[in-house]
Amino acid sequence: MSLIEIRWHGRGGQGAVTASEIVAKAAISQGKYAQAFPSFGVERRGAPVEAFTRIDDKPIYIRSKIYEPDIIVVLDPTLLGPQLAQGLKENGLAIVNTDKSPDEVRKLLGRDDVRVAVVDATKIALETLKRPIVNTAILGAFVKVTGLVDLEKVLEAVKEKVPPRTVEANLLAVKRAYEEVVAG
Amino acid sequence: MPRLALTTNYAVAHAAKDSDVDVIAAYPITPSTPAAEKLAEFAANGEIDAEYIHVESEHSAASALVGASAVGARTFTVTASQGLIYMSEVLYIASGLRLPIVLGVASRALSAPLSIWGDMHDIAVLRDAGIVTYFVSSAQEAYDTVIQAFKVAEDPRVHLPAIVDYDGFVLSHVTEPVETLEKEEVLKFIPKKITWNTLNPKNPISMGTVGEPDWYYEFKYQQQVAMENALKVAEEVDEEFGKVFGRKYGVVEPFMMEDAEVALLAYGAHAGTARVAVERARKEGIKVGLVRLKLWRPFPVPHLKKLFDGISVVGVLDRAMSLGAPRQGPVALDLMAMYASDPSSAPKMASYTIGIGQRDVRVEDILYIINQLAEFAKGKEIPERTIPIGLRE
Repeated sequence: MSLIEIRWHGRGGQGAVTASEIVAKAAISQGKYAQAFPSFGVERRGAPVEAFTRIDDKPIYIRSKIYEPDIIVVLDPTLLGPQLAQGLKENGLAIVNTDKSPDEVRKLLGRDDVRVAVVDATKIALETLKRPIVNTAILGAFVKVTGLVDLEKVLEAVKEKVPPRTVEANLLAVKRAYEEVVAG
Repeated sequence: MPRLALTTNYAVAHAAKDSDVDVIAAYPITPSTPAAEKLAEFAANGEIDAEYIHVESEHSAASALVGASAVGARTFTVTASQGLIYMSEVLYIASGLRLPIVLGVASRALSAPLSIWGDMHDIAVLRDAGIVTYFVSSAQEAYDTVIQAFKVAEDPRVHLPAIVDYDGFVLSHVTEPVETLEKEEVLKFIPKKITWNTLNPKNPISMGTVGEPDWYYEFKYQQQVAMENALKVAEEVDEEFGKVFGRKYGVVEPFMMEDAEVALLAYGAHAGTARVAVERARKEGIKVGLVRLKLWRPFPVPHLKKLFDGISVVGVLDRAMSLGAPRQGPVALDLMAMYASDPSSAPKMASYTIGIGQRDVRVEDILYIINQLAEFAKGKEIPERTIPIGLRE
């Protein structure tokens, strides 16, 4: 495996940074190398935020932000637009929380050369967590469509990262999105 | 060895825990705050048998540690930016009193304008304080270096404070793999033994007395001698660490220097990005190498001279600006001074500033520098000033 670069797009409070860390944590627990980091801004609830994850079999030396991701993960459907797909590699992958179809998402991103996977993570989060915190749901989709990290390792990392009383609901959110994600 | 996913902030907190520190005094400041919080959590949970002193400022944090170290405690703190320069008055005293306090510094820009983001203006202020100063390039290296720093600082040939400096955010907030050690094995490497002069009722001494004109000079000179000793001790400690734990770094780390014609001198996180750029430039046929500066104070003169022997041009990548100096980069200035008595052996030098106020540093930025160095090697004139990278002029 060579270096995989992932850029996360969400809004403050949705858990994009935590999701980026859970993926790194899972990869590290599988013996891989990984980095996860926020965009280091002054965080405000509701404002657009970015986070980044790198995964490789070898030590990772690069320390810049990610400009040409292999994968983008979009936690908030209202952010969808051509600017999100900026730098996304040809045949790259967009994993999007939306009730729209992959083709509709491609249109919104203004890219017909990328793969798209969709899951209604907001619906899943509202039904499991009773709150629109979508990061754990989107992780289920991420695991299913990328195969970069094992579901078991992600579930373990989720257990460690989320508040104790929400563990069961979060694990359910991951598993449901894992089943419901549609790639196209 | 457990392999954990830690930020560099958490890695230094773990290293202090595994070094069995006795006293921590810290005042939170971005981007070092998570390290201070993690240490507080360790203390509150009883995972560490340390006194955690809640202080009202960084000045007080450093003062509390001077007192604790003066009675023989193993001491640790973390800080950054304004907090570090607020400590600086007391840190000069810690060095003069020869107290082996260890600090983690998550380097950050200085105001004004207010910036919470990373660069190395803060640590540059402490350059002349008599503190052994390391730059690290990963969370793993930060963890390992905190442990090494205690051994160097407490060595009777040294007895000086030590700083492990890590880039704010670009390292402090990045989660990555860290293999931690068991406290028992760490303590075999750095046994708890008071090697320095302490205040002890059974053997009373005075500390911090007046140094009149007929004595002050000798005290300062001894600090300089201790600094010179620290170079050899840091090397020995790193060697021994490597033998025991299987990881070593050197006081400088060369990369692709064997047949290099031009070279980069870099430090901290961006030395990693520079490494990627060097690999790419090599594929394009440019014979470039990289030297990563791990130990800044004392400055590893013989190591650098050896590595730069025969190199045509060295590009120094600094993350701070010494305003008004002949070159802005503090390390560039060191390199210039290093060859002052023997200019015929010096490579040509180009000074660059990168990542100021955390302007992102991309592989492409460093490739631009490498290409410029190749042109300088062919005879293109090197500017008589520092070259800013990523600046809107």
